[in-house]
Amino acid sequence: MNRAPAIEVAGLDVAFGRGRRAFRAVRDASFSVTAGSSFGLVGESGSGKTTVLRALAGLLPPAARFRGELRLHGGLLRPARSRALRRRLQLVFQDPYGSLHPRHTVDRILGEPARVHGLDSIDRRTVAALADVGLDPSFRFRFPHQLSGGQRQRIAIARALIIEPAVVLLDEPTSALDVSVQAEILNLLQRLRREYALTFVLVSHDLAVVSHMCEALAVMRAGEVVETVSVDALRADTLQHRYSRQLLQAAQGYRSTAAGMPPAER
Amino acid sequence: MMRRDPLLIVDGLRVTFDTPRGPVVAVRDVNFVLGREKLGIVGESGSGKSQTGRALLGLLARNGRVAARRLSFDGVDLLRAGEAERRALRGGRIAMILQDPKYSLNPVMTVGEQIVEAFRVHANVSRREARLRALAMLEAVHIREPGYVFDAWPHELSGGMGQRVMIAMMMVPEPDLLIADEPTSALDVTVRLQVLALLDDMLARRGAALIFISHDLNLVGSFCDRVLVMYAGRVVETLRANELRSARHPYTRGLLACQPRVDGDGSDLPTLERDPAWLR
Repeated sequence: MNRAPAIEVAGLDVAFGRGRRAFRAVRDASFSVTAGSSFGLVGESGSGKTTVLRALAGLLPPAARFRGELRLHGGLLRPARSRALRRRLQLVFQDPYGSLHPRHTVDRILGEPARVHGLDSIDRRTVAALADVGLDPSFRFRFPHQLSGGQRQRIAIARALIIEPAVVLLDEPTSALDVSVQAEILNLLQRLRREYALTFVLVSHDLAVVSHMCEALAVMRAGEVVETVSVDALRADTLQHRYSRQLLQAAQGYRSTAAGMPPAER
Repeated sequence: MMRRDPLLIVDGLRVTFDTPRGPVVAVRDVNFVLGREKLGIVGESGSGKSQTGRALLGLLARNGRVAARRLSFDGVDLLRAGEAERRALRGGRIAMILQDPKYSLNPVMTVGEQIVEAFRVHANVSRREARLRALAMLEAVHIREPGYVFDAWPHELSGGMGQRVMIAMMMVPEPDLLIADEPTSALDVTVRLQVLALLDDMLARRGAALIFISHDLNLVGSFCDRVLVMYAGRVVETLRANELRSARHPYTRGLLACQPRVDGDGSDLPTLERDPAWLR
């Protein structure tokens, strides 16, 4: 496997609003993701993890101010991007109920990105994309409301993969799903990553999911990356930062003694 | 030791919804007896866990029907109780905490007004007395500046703070039974544990019972005394929480196995095979 970084984030700063009311959503965040690996961004709501993902995807609102360097396989990623560059980076959203057009058939949902990027033999690609996510061709003519949550998320993944990206950005891809369905989707993502040598950046609040999926992760809090570690360190319980340890403890369930009440002003 | 009658007896509970395509049975033949304990009801979406909780309070959607051999709360027959009697229980002796404080607090009333209103429905006290009780309860749920939060609007509160307010509001009338439907699912993980610790503390102090409805088997297993596992409207297994690891039913075992673990090895997760025989 190629060991060069697929994604590099250096000194990323994102702010919304201006002057005294400005809000710095991301502060001086840096990390890099090895090609073919999966990298987790972990944090709680408001930690800036989704904003980092949106910056990578080129989906920040135009009013956001942005500093720092983002690179994809060495090439600089600017907010304004060519179609060819957009094709190499795709995003899968959290909510499969909100991310599919309710009045488009699966066929149209999958065909549209292929057409936008000027690909040929769209029929063949659509059937292949469905097969990739474990759905048979009859699904082409269904509407999203005729699908379960897990099937919808499979369609969202197929839509991202149909244009053959190099990097897939996953924003909480299973947090809206039941655990049994989550297991199927996580297995599917891992298989696709191996088959197509994809690089993943996975945003999640769930350390167990990140530990299962990723080789390394960054823990974010209040816009800052507080710690970047390998998953081995996470599994071996050698996290350094107090906040990361707190997250890890929280992931292991309730303990009446350990959960004592640090005054939480949130 | 003194033997107390069980607080709640549920025998043969069945919840049916009338739909244009015929009746849909959401809960069938659910039985349990609840003492002063923390009972978890766990299941995936559509398992009937929320409808079970709502049926106990008489809060089903209009097309829902409840049937049971017996449904009694501290000697009160809930099947025969009239609307007035049920209303007196609801919010007074049986309270409910919902998932998301953003949607369960009234957005156009200050926090304090809501707590006072809810309390005065159930207790014949002056506004002044109700206000004092509300402030004391806000302090009891570890809110640092009760006076400030009392005058705040729901949109000014964070999720964790909002859920503390909900707990305070439900605890003011000193209920005997609290039904919590996914009370911490909308909260960040570190806040979740604080809210649970608080709930635990309040229950212990009042000697109240809890029905904790959740999809999160690990969380419920670590928080409750006993767990009912629901699948397709049925209780497939009842376990002591500390015996969760030795669950027998293939559904429970499947649910436990398919969760990723922090200390797992990253190999493919076992997926759940559903056996039609579970529906018999």
